[in-house]
Amino acid sequence: MAADVDLAETNDLRRAMARSAWRSRYTFLKRLLSHRSFLIGAVLFLFIVLVAVLADLIAPYDPNKNDYRNLLAPPSALHWFGTDGFGRDILSRVMHGTRISLGIGLSVVVMTGLLGVLLGTLAGYVRWLDNILMRIMDGLMAFPGVLLAIALSAALGPSILNAVIALTVTFTPRTARVVRASVLVIRELPYVEAAVAIGAGNLRIIFRYILANALSPLIVQLTFVFAVSILAEAILSFLGVGPRPPAPSLGNIIAEGRNYLQDASWIALFPGMAIACAVLGLNLMGDGLRDVIDPRLSKVRDAG
Amino acid sequence: MTRFIAGRLISALPVLFVVSLVSFLLIAVVPGDVTAEIAGADSTEAQRQLIREQLGLDRPLPEQAVRWYANLLQGDLGQSYLLNRPVTEAVFERLPVTLSLAGIALVLAVAIGMLLGILAAVRHNSWVDQGSMSVALLGLSVPDFWLGLIFITVFAVGLGWFPTGGYVPIAESFTGWVVSMTLPALALAFTQVGVVARMTRSSMLDVLGQDFIRTARAKGMRGYTVILKHALLNAMVPVVTVVGVMTGVLLGGAVVIESVFSLPGVGRLIIGAIQRRDYPIIQGGLLITAAIFVFVNILVDLAYGWLDPRVRHGR
Repeated sequence: MAADVDLAETNDLRRAMARSAWRSRYTFLKRLLSHRSFLIGAVLFLFIVLVAVLADLIAPYDPNKNDYRNLLAPPSALHWFGTDGFGRDILSRVMHGTRISLGIGLSVVVMTGLLGVLLGTLAGYVRWLDNILMRIMDGLMAFPGVLLAIALSAALGPSILNAVIALTVTFTPRTARVVRASVLVIRELPYVEAAVAIGAGNLRIIFRYILANALSPLIVQLTFVFAVSILAEAILSFLGVGPRPPAPSLGNIIAEGRNYLQDASWIALFPGMAIACAVLGLNLMGDGLRDVIDPRLSKVRDAG
Repeated sequence: MTRFIAGRLISALPVLFVVSLVSFLLIAVVPGDVTAEIAGADSTEAQRQLIREQLGLDRPLPEQAVRWYANLLQGDLGQSYLLNRPVTEAVFERLPVTLSLAGIALVLAVAIGMLLGILAAVRHNSWVDQGSMSVALLGLSVPDFWLGLIFITVFAVGLGWFPTGGYVPIAESFTGWVVSMTLPALALAFTQVGVVARMTRSSMLDVLGQDFIRTARAKGMRGYTVILKHALLNAMVPVVTVVGVMTGVLLGGAVVIESVFSLPGVGRLIIGAIQRRDYPIIQGGLLITAAIFVFVNILVDLAYGWLDPRVRHGR
């Protein structure tokens, strides 16, 4: 091979390394934290996470303890968010519900991330698998919105685990597409060619060269998956195909509050606001991450 | 164009195949004895055997699949054993409600979203921009069914302007139909306003930065004529693409909104079927809704190809 080609490749490699140096953790964090909407989102989301983690310690009452002298009490100093038809404290239920919702959301994010990387890499790296895998993903994405999750969850039976499975099946296809798209671009880059040339194995190329560089769009995508999973879990619970009551999942509390819209609208009001805060925080963080990682992506916002 | 249309139709076939396969397999993932779930815990073995034969569950899975596809190609999606009638009949009867709900919500979302997006782009980086984008983001973050409940609490229970739920067919009374659809359509649309607004804004900003806009301004054209005549028409093209994705979200969202507002659409049919373990209805409802979504996406692609010749020649 001619020397100038080698030189061109080395230059590309050097440029790629310079780029990753520029994106070093320090500058990245600094740029992220000076991004206003990311900061607002992060503070909002961290607050919700804190409430969820500390629910046992900070909840003023037992979320499942009935108090028949305090039925449907409106918000007051004793019960900030009021009580429900069994006299249960809504604030405590919302705190514990946040834990269930975030827990399910996080599990879906982890499973979707793992499956998305696996399927996306296989489709992007193994040519003959690409067509089959992507047609299956297209088929799964052809089910409107959360309908597939509702049907799957109903078939599997209502439980937290099954909700996670149903949501993972629903959100993995788009994540796999995002990973595949990055893999397809990166595998043609000179530094991958260089790695092949120096005799790196397939696994080393995939993990060390391709996936390491495909991480940013994946993280942005997973932030949005987290947000839509929380929304979708609430829908599953509300329709009675999510975690079974009396588990205080936020969707379950709203479903119970539905029967009291006239006399005790606070039952449905507060859990919905908790969902909106968590999702808003994640959306703001996702937007910020996307802006900082790659401004060109700012038009794309697909997660559902 | 003919080749573009044909290509698009053919590419939908594998998608429809996977959709039908998933719908078929839905009953296979039910853990335990499905027939016990359907007939109830206190059913006799004879009753269960009858259901098993009716559904063909006594046959091996491949044979069931062959039968499913043979029936499907004849437009037969099986029999609902609770409603005691063909699944297709039950679903198609409910379809107009769902489609009109999703359709109205789509129109509302596009209209409000484009308005917000245009305002935000024209008054870029002002409080109008920030306000519009905050509304957009809020819409993306609020659960639609919860918003529906809030609407009921405020506008139906509180102010009494609208009924708390229920449906008036358009053939019965047009105003009654409009009144019964307003709150559900608004609740459903609000979640998608943000998608349209963001797309319109970024696409408008792109167009407003182009040379021909400067030329139009330079030759003395008035501000609003430039924006409406030159910028908007060009900025609308990318917005068409999100309509496809939105249709899916709206069709899925209609399922939940119908339950909130007691509208007799496909969504409520499916939810009712879930509660009573009427699997053929769940399978059929899922399949038909997905098929409609696929079809709408083909239409959107064709519209996009028609609006932007680069798309249809690029393939």
